[in-house]
Amino acid sequence: MKVRVFVYLKEGVLDPQGKAVGHALQTLGFKGVEDVRISRVVELDVDAVDKAAAQKQGEDMARALLANEVIEDFRVEVCA
Amino acid sequence: MKTGIVVFPGTNRERDMVQALTLASGQAPQMLWHQQDSVDGLDLVVLPGGFSFGDYLRSGAMAAHSPIMNAVRAFAQKGGYVLGVCNGFQILTESQLLPGALLRNAGMRFLSQDCHLKVEGRDSAFTAGWQTGDVFRAPMAHGDGNYTAAPDVLDRLEGEGRVAFRYCNADGVVSDDDTRINMNGSARSIAGVLSENRRVCGLMPHPENLTDEAVGGTDGLPLFKGIMEAMGV
Repeated sequence: MKVRVFVYLKEGVLDPQGKAVGHALQTLGFKGVEDVRISRVVELDVDAVDKAAAQKQGEDMARALLANEVIEDFRVEVCA
Repeated sequence: MKTGIVVFPGTNRERDMVQALTLASGQAPQMLWHQQDSVDGLDLVVLPGGFSFGDYLRSGAMAAHSPIMNAVRAFAQKGGYVLGVCNGFQILTESQLLPGALLRNAGMRFLSQDCHLKVEGRDSAFTAGWQTGDVFRAPMAHGDGNYTAAPDVLDRLEGEGRVAFRYCNADGVVSDDDTRINMNGSARSIAGVLSENRRVCGLMPHPENLTDEAVGGTDGLPLFKGIMEAMGV
């Protein structure tokens, strides 16, 4: 089963990468760009009996390694 | 006194650390491979700088789950002394042996230059070689050194005297918003912190690179002298 773990910086945590990309976009003429935040998607193929089990595996992996909860939040999505 | 240096794939500052520990203690440290599962018999474990596991995922994240880190965690819980420098500091925060996290430098640039540090931590072996308020020079070389933690965690660190070192200029002036002084944008200019029992210390700059006049100075030597003294060497 395919699981996607989205890892993103918590609100309020400075994202220098996002800032730099935001500046670059403005330079390219995308004037309406205000806040840019860069996040990470980890795609996993897991062996799970059902969607709920896959969801739990994704959450456990995010807590154990994929996200650092001091600075990041995460969201898990199980693809059909 | 026995010291050990942990080497992960991608560690690259371990030899500088060997030099500093040998100078300060008169004894060569033991080298520990990350797959070992014991640090038995040691009094001090050092996690040196480098780019463990290529900084994959987050700096220090993979190393924090190496077999040896279970042993280091148990060692720290029993009151063992642990020092983490640069990538070692990142590994200690990822292992939750120290609070907070190290983000990408605020200016996005890898910083490889000297900085100045103000000694602030109280009652710790890692700061005992200096007087509180002393200023010393230290080289730094990192891309992810922007220290951050929740405001209540920062308050607690300050209240308990657990901010070991703060970035400052040569005159000891600290300025959080001045990028010439607090170059990586760290919260409250924090360069190094102590654990609750003050036996675990992590800092981003490299005092081990200034421990010998032959390479430009001994500004960083008090860190190691202080540790050795506290341990009765």
